[in-house]
Amino acid sequence: MTKLLNIKSTTKDNSNSPSLLATADVAVIGGGVVGCAVARRLALEGASVVLLEKAADILGGASKGNSAILHTGFDAPIDSLEMECVRNGYHEYLQIHKSLNLPVLKTGALVAAWTEEEVERFAGILAKAQHNGIEDLRLLNPEETLKLEPKLSSSIRAAILVPREFVIDPWSAPLAYLKQALANGGQAIFNAEVLSGDFDGSNWLLQTSRGGVKAKYVINCAGLYGDLLDRNLLGESKFTIKPRKGQFVVFDKAANALIQAIILPVPTERTKGIVIFPTIFGNLAVGPTAEEQESRNDASVHKNTLNDLHTQAVNRIPALANIPITATYAGIRPASEKKEYRIVEDVSRNWITLGGIRSTGLTSALGLAQHVLGLLENQGAEFESLSEPVVPQVPNLAEHLQRDWETHSGHSAGYGEIVCHCEMVTQREISNALEGLVPAGSVDGLKRRTRATMGRCQGFYCAARLAELTEGRFEEPFAVGKAHG
Amino acid sequence: MDKSVLNDNCDVAIIGSGPAGLAAAILLKYSGIQKVVVLEREAEAGGIPRHCGHPPFGIREFKRILTGPKYAKKLVETALNAGVEIVLKTTVTSLGTEGELSLVSPEGPSQLSAKRVLLATGIRETPRSARFVSGSRALGICTTGTLQSMVYLKNRIPFRSPLVVGTEIVSFSALLTCKNAGIQPVAMLEEKPQPHVRWPIYQLTRWFCVPLLLQTSIVNILGTERVEAVQVSDENGNVREIACDGVLFTGQYTPESSLVRESHLELDPETNSPVVDSFGRCSDPVYFATGNMVQLPRNQARVPIFYLAENLPNPVDDAGQCWSQGRAVAKNIVKDLN
Repeated sequence: MTKLLNIKSTTKDNSNSPSLLATADVAVIGGGVVGCAVARRLALEGASVVLLEKAADILGGASKGNSAILHTGFDAPIDSLEMECVRNGYHEYLQIHKSLNLPVLKTGALVAAWTEEEVERFAGILAKAQHNGIEDLRLLNPEETLKLEPKLSSSIRAAILVPREFVIDPWSAPLAYLKQALANGGQAIFNAEVLSGDFDGSNWLLQTSRGGVKAKYVINCAGLYGDLLDRNLLGESKFTIKPRKGQFVVFDKAANALIQAIILPVPTERTKGIVIFPTIFGNLAVGPTAEEQESRNDASVHKNTLNDLHTQAVNRIPALANIPITATYAGIRPASEKKEYRIVEDVSRNWITLGGIRSTGLTSALGLAQHVLGLLENQGAEFESLSEPVVPQVPNLAEHLQRDWETHSGHSAGYGEIVCHCEMVTQREISNALEGLVPAGSVDGLKRRTRATMGRCQGFYCAARLAELTEGRFEEPFAVGKAHG
Repeated sequence: MDKSVLNDNCDVAIIGSGPAGLAAAILLKYSGIQKVVVLEREAEAGGIPRHCGHPPFGIREFKRILTGPKYAKKLVETALNAGVEIVLKTTVTSLGTEGELSLVSPEGPSQLSAKRVLLATGIRETPRSARFVSGSRALGICTTGTLQSMVYLKNRIPFRSPLVVGTEIVSFSALLTCKNAGIQPVAMLEEKPQPHVRWPIYQLTRWFCVPLLLQTSIVNILGTERVEAVQVSDENGNVREIACDGVLFTGQYTPESSLVRESHLELDPETNSPVVDSFGRCSDPVYFATGNMVQLPRNQARVPIFYLAENLPNPVDDAGQCWSQGRAVAKNIVKDLN
């Protein structure tokens, strides 16, 4: 239904080219966190924006699985664009999160050293943080560390406290960005893979699997496919994506009581190491691994790796041995052959590529969006920013804040029923996720918007009801047909 | 929904309206206990038997052979006739000391203060994720509970030709469900050299034309949107691919004890059950537990007739046994209250 609406709403601008799906100042290709943030920023600046996503919903690629940390950038490469975008993204997130109803869990982080060799690296970490302008780090001895986190293994040698590393909701944030883009005049077209395109000297005509889209500027936010898109439309790419998979293990919510802070590893030359982190949803998770692979979409998990992650987590926090596992997942980072962000401008063809945005992308997305605006303005783009932008709110999924089932005052009473008992997802939340500016386009999209089936039983109790509530909604549904026929 | 029980007191609050909870409730009422409230989070009472669409249920309780749904209905009717108050769509959010329960329902949050609380929240299967199975996380991967509730409650199927993992009694119940729903499993997998169930139960696979692959384990689940195939490894380590559109993980039961885990009550880390004494009483004497949520340590577990002792999976009791256990603990509660 919404798909039809999307097309309908775009046709009015295309009086001279009835076959066009959309005409806009800027086309943003890719509905990951970066694309959503860029679409939001440009819409707020008064540009007409169309976001093109090849999947049926946002966040189907790299943004699907990450560690959901709002980074200060204390360990980001010094004087890098990444550092700048992380810093700006961090500050903007903290400015806007309340108005969009996005959560922040103020956990802080501990960079934990388990060997003398790791302790020796602390001086470098502290100096880097100082240089990056993050000045509130504190060195803790084992006693101080265990006083803060008594459940950590007593084999801890030392730690650095990074007080302002926080945990956020990795899926609601980009959803909120895109919602705000659409509420302020932007468009999003799903199932629209960009197949080819021509630049006529002033405009791009993009051919998508849904039809043509005309735009003055193109921002390539295609993540894991960013290099391929550049190669396909520009004839060459300045970088090559080297997909890097990260697997995670999620512990039952009971684990959340064991630890307050994000437990970061001391990065070594060889490996960045794994993080143990509270999730905004009230779980504790461990990961990611860093596995180079050819495939850009194979986010499979592997038994031995999961076992290894589990062992590492239990070594760090022994009480985890008695906590059941809730979930496992994997994400793929769009790393490139170099460490840094790969921001490439083709000024003569009104094209900007945001490539190689890896682990820090969730934090830096808003900063990257500011950066893109600057680049476009340098290229001569002129927009008139909205004086009173619409600020839509997203439903809260954070465990430490009020969830739908807990809201009962006045008009908000009557959530229907609790559909998913493990994650306490209400029928009202399910219905809302299927409607609105950016309705769920897939089963995964519904899960990310509501948490349904993401708890300890993984759908044992609720999948049947969900199949019923989402009948006819998704191309790949929960149920494939009727029983008895 | 009967609003009268909200922000109220009762003699006994029972959490869960499966066979154990309802059997206890009925016995409590027959024993003259005044106010017995059963709290059920689903929209319908009766528990797991509601979606076990096959016999035999009810032999012990009603001296008749019934299907699960009919049995559940009869249990609920009996309870209501006995004067049990069943409150639906009501979730217990925390277990407090002194029997103070925090509840939430679509009408709002409330408190229920009970002289005694009986936990009867049952058991569920271990899903794929907690088993650390390799591969894609595509659609079409589920447990028997999901399959049966889809088929018997919602008349839907999650797949057409799944691979079935496990050879517990529930695995064969799943085969029956598949048969009834027009689903044709491509194979049944067991890592061990023998099926968990005894002969001749596993001969059912022949009857259903489902190859039983012993000493075979999943190496990898393949598929992007939906499951497309599974790679399996046999006893010699040979890997081959079996085309299928789903993977059904059966059994490996674990008590649904998350409420207990987050409460002041002691939990046995081996069984994931609340720690109970021989009367079914928890570490806080106001609380009791019964039915499948109370699992004995493996060396004390009773071996059901369809298993060999040396080949016992995580045990699970059938409805009739849960019914008996519920009654037995209810008798202890009556004595405790009088």
